[in-house]
Amino acid sequence: MRRIRFLIWKELIELRRDPRLFSIVIIAPIVQLFMLAYAATTDIRDVPVVISDADRSTASRELIQRFGASPSFRLVAVTTSSTDVDRYLERGDAWLAVTIPAGYDDALAARGGGAVQIIADGSDANSAGVSLGYATNLIAGYGQELSARRAALGVSPGAGARIGALEPRVRVWFNPRLQSRDFMIPGIVALLLLLVTTNLSAMGIVREREVGTLEQLNVTPLRRSELIVGKLVPYGLVGVVDVVLVLSVAVLWFEVPLRGSIVQLFAMTLVYLLSTLGLGLFVSTISSTQQQAMMTAVFFFLMPMVLLSGFVFPIENMPAVIQPFTYLLPLRYFLVILRAIFMKGVGIETWWPQAAGLLGWGVTILLLAIMRSSKRSA
Amino acid sequence: MRKALSVGRKEVRQILRDRRTLLILLFVPAFFLVIYGYALSWDIRHIKMAVQDQDHSTASRSLVSSFLNSGYFDFAADAQSDADITRLMNEGDVRVVLVIPAGLSRDLELGRTVPIQILLNGDNANTATTVMGYALTIVQTESMNYRLVAGTRTTPPLSVESRVWYNPQLRSALFLVPGLIAYIVMITSVVSTAVSIVREKERGTMEQVRMAPIDAASFVVGKTLPYFVISLLSAVAIVLVAMVMFGLPMRGSWLLLLVTTSLYLVGALGLGLFISSLAETQQVAFQIALLASFLPTLMLSGFIFPIASMPAFLRGVTYLVPARYFLIALRGIVLKGVGLSILWEPLLTMSAYSAAVMILASVRLRRQWS
Repeated sequence: MRRIRFLIWKELIELRRDPRLFSIVIIAPIVQLFMLAYAATTDIRDVPVVISDADRSTASRELIQRFGASPSFRLVAVTTSSTDVDRYLERGDAWLAVTIPAGYDDALAARGGGAVQIIADGSDANSAGVSLGYATNLIAGYGQELSARRAALGVSPGAGARIGALEPRVRVWFNPRLQSRDFMIPGIVALLLLLVTTNLSAMGIVREREVGTLEQLNVTPLRRSELIVGKLVPYGLVGVVDVVLVLSVAVLWFEVPLRGSIVQLFAMTLVYLLSTLGLGLFVSTISSTQQQAMMTAVFFFLMPMVLLSGFVFPIENMPAVIQPFTYLLPLRYFLVILRAIFMKGVGIETWWPQAAGLLGWGVTILLLAIMRSSKRSA
Repeated sequence: MRKALSVGRKEVRQILRDRRTLLILLFVPAFFLVIYGYALSWDIRHIKMAVQDQDHSTASRSLVSSFLNSGYFDFAADAQSDADITRLMNEGDVRVVLVIPAGLSRDLELGRTVPIQILLNGDNANTATTVMGYALTIVQTESMNYRLVAGTRTTPPLSVESRVWYNPQLRSALFLVPGLIAYIVMITSVVSTAVSIVREKERGTMEQVRMAPIDAASFVVGKTLPYFVISLLSAVAIVLVAMVMFGLPMRGSWLLLLVTTSLYLVGALGLGLFISSLAETQQVAFQIALLASFLPTLMLSGFIFPIASMPAFLRGVTYLVPARYFLIALRGIVLKGVGLSILWEPLLTMSAYSAAVMILASVRLRRQWS
């Protein structure tokens, strides 16, 4: 126990002697959280749209005005010929091009069927799909208004018939305003913790090896498991400071609703730190240089966790072959737990399988790290 | 130039000695592109749905089957009570609950409008919005069918004819794969150079380099060269894999694509070198490199979150993310087939960026040496 205490002390001294590392580890996650949380909105607003108006009538101007007034759209330009819009799409200055053909006004008045053409830039398929939906809705709503006006004038037939209809009433649970920020911020918190702590500990042992001080540690009576624990605790302390800071920013500044128990949140975050630090130490024991440790950590652990954990890409959209592999990622479990505590406000009785998975993962990787390092010393 | 080459030769020897790192740099990026390109998608299907049917009539069954036949919804559970619904939603077993009120078919026959409740799990707002769109369309279509049966359907006064350019089926692979290319290439490059200078500092070999008749600029260039060759090979491999495996089209000029990729690589490698010149230990260099490349490239480049929807100050920050320009150029070349006349702007900015980070790294190094 005393030996571990000395090692912890040594690590803390080393951390203090490297003030730059210390400030990066503390300040960078907060700066990042501020920026990324503002970026992380999949709510698509201000869709740049260009309109070519070949009709130039009162009716066409009214439609243009609808686009201009909608918060979903931002009018980039109104041109008079439809060939002009190509450049806007090619350059990516507009995502949608709305073409109002000549004779639109007449068609609307005479036959009761005007047509508007929309071209979407599909190179960003996600935004294109959403903004196309917005535009179709806007025009459909406007069309209904037109027919209502006409019905009021008594032009439209069949107004008197009584036919049943369905009226969809949507209620959204857990996130009534459909803010993606509330969903994304817990994820960003988890990822920042992962990057900082895994990186710290991944360098932990391999650094001593590269600099040559591992030999010195080897001749001390320090046992291997003690080495691992002694490395784990100081990094864990740094991690806890980070946890408190980023969670405070998330809750106090971004006002992410914290509906569940704060004690459970904190306890599970500690379990998560155990697995991220354990992962780093494990990488450290299987690498011989710091560069190798970084490559291994980045490509085989960090990148898969960012992309496959359900952080932005929902696991349920993945092909069935891939889905089982996501159970190998501790972040997957932690994300479910975090979002459950933050958004749903449910306790351990609902997410205990994830909690067990996370704990099991952390313990396993730590044992692996200890085993690997004891083989090395033999 | 000769000095730069000899620094480069030394670096090559060092790279060759560490086989694991070399193999990772060369092959792992393309390998992971295959996995991620296959795994990731925005296309939402098989949404798990629970039904609470309080009417048990032909009309209610017809509504349920139009949900299931749409191909988007999978029947997951029959909810008997409100407690059932709460449990299913809390545990994440279903994403949608369709509640059909008792008296649906009677009310429909009387010509009333019947509210249909759709409960959505909103935790992932993006998915929820899409799912809501599907559900609304299905209910409205079903409702329209009643009018069709009654024979009073009228043509709407305004119709929309929509077309999608560049990606007519809105395949999410065509949207994701360019983003993944930019992401993977960025990380590979930054990570590969981030330690190259600081390692010499940490091991003490920097003193020897300082004594040698080499100026800082050729040292930086020499350090970049071998990594540039490796990254270019791996980037070409990635692009080819994307075309063969995921049907990424090539509508523009190959030469322009090569130039664009090279510029991007120099920028990314230069960023790594700049970080390396800032740091005193490899640990600090890694920490900065990760924080500077991992999340910003993913979230501030326009890959996942559209830049146009970000707040103004953040739109300013995105100009510092080189992947932003590369993504515009890459999508422009391969999907839109546009040329230099349209892409000169992102290309120019990328060149400026690359030059700036290389110069910063050299200046920083020269100051340390003197």
